[in-house]
Amino acid sequence: MEPLLIKVIIVIVLFVITLLVALYATFAERKVSAIMQDRIGPNRAGPFGLLQPLADGVKMIMKEELIPALANKWLFIIGPCIALLTALMTGAVVPWGGPIKIGDQVITLQVADLNIGILYIFGVVSMGVYGIMIGGWASNNKFSLIGAIRASSQMISYEIAMGLAIIALVMTTGTLSLNEIVLQQDEGWANIVIQPLGFLIFIICAFAETNRAPFDLPECETELVGGYHTEYSSMKLGFYLFAEYINMFISSAVIVCFYFGGYNFPFQHELAELLGLSSNALSIIQTVFMFGKVFFFIFFFMWVRWTIPRFRYDQLMTLGWKVLLPLALANIFVTGLVMWGMGKI
Amino acid sequence: MSTHNHLIKPEAEKEYNILNLGPTHPATHGIFQNILKMDGEIIMHAEPTVGYIHRAFEKIAEYRPYNQITPLTDRLNYCSSPINNMGWHMTVEKLIGCEVPKRADYLRVIIMELSRIADHVICTTIIGQDTGATTGFLYFFQMREKIYEIFEEVCGARLTTNIGRVGGMERDFSEVAWAKLKIFMVEFPKFLKEFQSLIERNRIFMDRTIDCGPITGERALAYGFTGPNLRAAGIDYDVRVANPFSSYQDFDFSIPIGSNGDTYDRFMVRIQEMWESVSIIKQALDKMPTGEFHADVPEFYLPNKEDVYSKMEALIYHFKIVMGEMDVPKGEVYHSVEGGNGELGFYLISDGNRSPFRLHFRRPCFIYYQAYPEMITGGLLSDAILTMSSMNVIAGELDA
Repeated sequence: MEPLLIKVIIVIVLFVITLLVALYATFAERKVSAIMQDRIGPNRAGPFGLLQPLADGVKMIMKEELIPALANKWLFIIGPCIALLTALMTGAVVPWGGPIKIGDQVITLQVADLNIGILYIFGVVSMGVYGIMIGGWASNNKFSLIGAIRASSQMISYEIAMGLAIIALVMTTGTLSLNEIVLQQDEGWANIVIQPLGFLIFIICAFAETNRAPFDLPECETELVGGYHTEYSSMKLGFYLFAEYINMFISSAVIVCFYFGGYNFPFQHELAELLGLSSNALSIIQTVFMFGKVFFFIFFFMWVRWTIPRFRYDQLMTLGWKVLLPLALANIFVTGLVMWGMGKI
Repeated sequence: MSTHNHLIKPEAEKEYNILNLGPTHPATHGIFQNILKMDGEIIMHAEPTVGYIHRAFEKIAEYRPYNQITPLTDRLNYCSSPINNMGWHMTVEKLIGCEVPKRADYLRVIIMELSRIADHVICTTIIGQDTGATTGFLYFFQMREKIYEIFEEVCGARLTTNIGRVGGMERDFSEVAWAKLKIFMVEFPKFLKEFQSLIERNRIFMDRTIDCGPITGERALAYGFTGPNLRAAGIDYDVRVANPFSSYQDFDFSIPIGSNGDTYDRFMVRIQEMWESVSIIKQALDKMPTGEFHADVPEFYLPNKEDVYSKMEALIYHFKIVMGEMDVPKGEVYHSVEGGNGELGFYLISDGNRSPFRLHFRRPCFIYYQAYPEMITGGLLSDAILTMSSMNVIAGELDA
């Protein structure tokens, strides 16, 4: 097959999987919260309520489209589009499994193995906040505007700590490519062992980045009605909500790749040898493991959301600038010292 | 840095953002409007508006017979309507000079403490909910449902209960009600403990609520605060102790007080009061006297149906009570009970007619709301929302 055709197929498959996971993440969130709160959760549509996401989707599309009279119409539409677009673009550099050999063709389960994968993720994710900012501003509503301002200031405070946490990781791995980071963890330890503090900072920032509780200030409903999406209705609202779940999925995938060995699992080569697995079979098992880890982190996101309260705006800033940033800097410094001590630089 | 100094406006020319918080806003728990003058997220000035659900209860009460005023009191603080009902009954009993038997008193205490728990469950969980801890809210809210089931068994209604009558209870607790109450007394402490351990020492929750919307004891007294909000500010005033009604002097309980009068103290005072309420109910169950559940006041208390069909006096009283033609003496009384939210007072003037000449409700929420602008000015928007929910301002009671 043409390499281009294969890529196109991978893109489409990834697109569909991302949407499906996001779709069912909404369902999972409702079920998880229901279990935690001693409720039943959605169980009307289909067996065990499994068709609930579809029903929600249909509802979203069928609802009346409403653009406020004084809103900036084009920006109002562009806002949710950017949010969803950037959310979907991030998944391109994540390696979902080992290579699969068909005949003499080697297919890597990754859309693009960029050598600057980490920078790409950061670039795209940072653009995601434009969706929220533009949407909040264009709504011409004070609650939306406050939500948008909160989103952008939150973004700035957390992006830096997140970036610094990654710099320490890049120092130890020596590469910006996600694929290589994952491959390195095949032989040696998972990066969580090498960079525990970096992981902690990264996951906190990931919560802030995805606007999930306890950092869901831009949309906190008890203060800002709906936050930046107060004025949104129908599928445009759906785009925002969807983008949040896609972001959660991709963040989980990135966390897994950075710190938990990506698609690798312990003793994989020993297992393959023991059972006499072909490399293709191993790759498939690896992909299953990858998704297992990702689903665990999606659950973790939900777990946290339904357990702890939300920060106040100024406390969030304090945490970002006065706690996480110095910690991330210290992490880089200590990492450098240890590497120097081990003679790696 | 200095190059941009010309962009910063001097104080006098500063422009502020006017934010209309309410009348319908998800966090206001009712219909209040707050016009906030904001500098970014900081509230510079707040202007509350009241009256969105004013239903002129005090005026309506002037045209209604005494028994028919009870349903009006339901709709004051609808989170703890039984206390309002019983407060009104006790006021009328005070006017007509009627002694209520002990058993009726104890039944009333059980119902009132249950509704105090229900009220505090709402307030504490809503504080959690407004900080973003939804799970505590939905999980603990089951307990309010259990309380409502007991009310349903006792009087047939859940939210606006119209429970009890002038002279006592309309009927004794049924077997099912006793059973449900027993189950509740076993279950509730577990749930309360769980809820406490989820939220109380959570660092984020503490950071959010400590020093949020504080008021000093002095200011609180000056405004006329009562109830948990005053106690949170460190003043141990409780009508149940200061001026015992309904045999509260028989029970042994303590009054929890706070020290700073902030949201965290208001939360903790309410949590502790729930424990005290549990202990009061326990004592009432243990000491429950036998006897009648209502006073012997045939001219005010609706007779049995069998008697109505067989005895002439009963038929006459039945007719008079239903038609609202009761012989109420002339007089002027004030009676107050410790409502879920503070001292709920009834000031009643009777000129001997079928309905009160004047009835005034002393509604604690109305008083709290006057202090609200002072408490939130200078704080953040998030603090304003939390302060509102921690004071448990109920729109129905605020506007009456």
